[in-house]
Amino acid sequence: MEIAFTRAQRRKLASQIFVGVCIAAAAIALIALGLIMFSLFTRGFSGIDGLIFTHDTPGPDSAGGLRNAIVGSILMCTLAMFIAVTVGVLAGTWLAEIGGDSKYGHAVRFLNDVLLSAPSILVGLFIYEMMVRPMHGFSGWAGAMALGVLATPVVTRTTEDILNLQPNALREAGMALGASQWITVRTIIWKAARAGLLTGGLLGFARISGETAPILFTSLNNQFFNTDMGQPIASLPVVIYQFAMSPFDNWQKLAWAGALLITATVLAINILGRWLARDQDHR
Amino acid sequence: MASHAAPKKDLADPIFRAVAFSAATLLLVTLGGLMISLIIGGWPALSTFGLSFFTSTTWNPVTEVFGAAGPITGTLITAVLSLAIALPVAVFIAVFLTQFCPRLIAQPVSTAIELLAGIPSIVYGMWGLFVFAPWFARHVQSPILTALPADSFWGKLFAGVPNGANIFTASIILAIMILPYMAAVFRELFRSIPPQVREAAFGLGCTPYEVVTSVLIPYVKKGMVGVIMLGFGRALGETMAVTFIIGNAHGFPNSLFSSGSTLASTIANEFAEATSDMHLSSLIALGLVLFLITFTVLAIARALLSSQRY
Repeated sequence: MEIAFTRAQRRKLASQIFVGVCIAAAAIALIALGLIMFSLFTRGFSGIDGLIFTHDTPGPDSAGGLRNAIVGSILMCTLAMFIAVTVGVLAGTWLAEIGGDSKYGHAVRFLNDVLLSAPSILVGLFIYEMMVRPMHGFSGWAGAMALGVLATPVVTRTTEDILNLQPNALREAGMALGASQWITVRTIIWKAARAGLLTGGLLGFARISGETAPILFTSLNNQFFNTDMGQPIASLPVVIYQFAMSPFDNWQKLAWAGALLITATVLAINILGRWLARDQDHR
Repeated sequence: MASHAAPKKDLADPIFRAVAFSAATLLLVTLGGLMISLIIGGWPALSTFGLSFFTSTTWNPVTEVFGAAGPITGTLITAVLSLAIALPVAVFIAVFLTQFCPRLIAQPVSTAIELLAGIPSIVYGMWGLFVFAPWFARHVQSPILTALPADSFWGKLFAGVPNGANIFTASIILAIMILPYMAAVFRELFRSIPPQVREAAFGLGCTPYEVVTSVLIPYVKKGMVGVIMLGFGRALGETMAVTFIIGNAHGFPNSLFSSGSTLASTIANEFAEATSDMHLSSLIALGLVLFLITFTVLAIARALLSSQRY
């Protein structure tokens, strides 16, 4: 027997199927991502013990921690953020306050957006050519520089967006008081936008703290504790990569623990950044 | 009094403008320097091998003969495949979040998806290597291998060592990785549609399905192509997640389940160990190829998205 649908019934049915597919897609994606988080947390937690913050990376089949890698990562990321915030905030301010509407401004904005999503490994190659090869050696400076190049477009972009949100009345008020543009920007605009600027910095930091590709062949790796930026220096992502690819059980365990540490840090920074920016998000 | 302050003020502004201008210019210099350094670094390899660098599949560090056809194909196959998997799912998720989801759930789910987009790719790679690849080898690859006759078309397409490290699994991991990113940007895109457009469609008696497919999606068509290009650019250049799981074989991939390599994974794998100048130069030339491909894709994406900014 043939069931005859009216046109209205057919349309309604198609619509219901569509809604069902959408819900299913969201569910599948959330389950897949949930599975990844589940493996990360179960395997990572078993690797975190008292040694992880106090001992350096061990040889195969001996106990150890990730102290040198954690310190190296913090050193390089901090230095990178110093570069990125200096250049990024100034460039973002130029785009928002001074020359953003000129042809040159449009070009800068366009290419900054391209740089924002450029493959990070290319930045590693670039810094290798610029710093490692001329200076005949891998170094923490080179690693920090590569990470700085990656974070700068993020900071530039958020700075411009945040400054554009500031009401023009603020700029007019500064001008009306006879203040120069520099004073207006520094004491009024930047001050009004400071939560947003901080968010930009945090997002940039979150972006680079898990990056592996650009530091693989700029800062290389170091199995010993080292704070000399002129030498190759260990970092969490590179240690994770090396240890995860190794056949040794204790190394793989440390790799999971390190991955958990990085993920937890990135998530915490992202959440903090969002929380700081919550007032600005009235768009 | 004013006459004392005036010269200082006059000097501060030009300095501020000049410093800010140089910071903006530094960004252009970085991108330009990136391209020039890749051209200079890769030039020895490109001039030695000429056109055969792009057509040859030989990659032999011992005899110092290098051809990039294998990694180039691997990059394009994994990127296209992962995009084909991630794209429909990402669109469905964005539609679900903006159209059908109760507001109470929409906010936490959107935030969760945005947070997941920020997770380092190395985590996805590790999960792929330790969890997904073994599962895939046992429950998908092996049954397919035994079920299909080896010399049929399908048998050839799915031939390979059942260890889970192959082009297909790499594409799936890549798809999972770009999924949250694409879903988040698609959601922003759909949110930028004025509510009146949607209301008008409903007012004409459209069903939710018709509203989405014949009104909302055509409304943001251009932006959607831009987002697809952004996702494609990401998949092309992604390094660590792929390096873990693609198997790192240099030849031309001859089936979906065979090991392969991408431009980025080859560089990540070999760069620190490359000893000869020609090997280094060839790896940098791979970087140049990757740069040209991604730059084109991203430039198209940004041009299409010029009215919206992500």
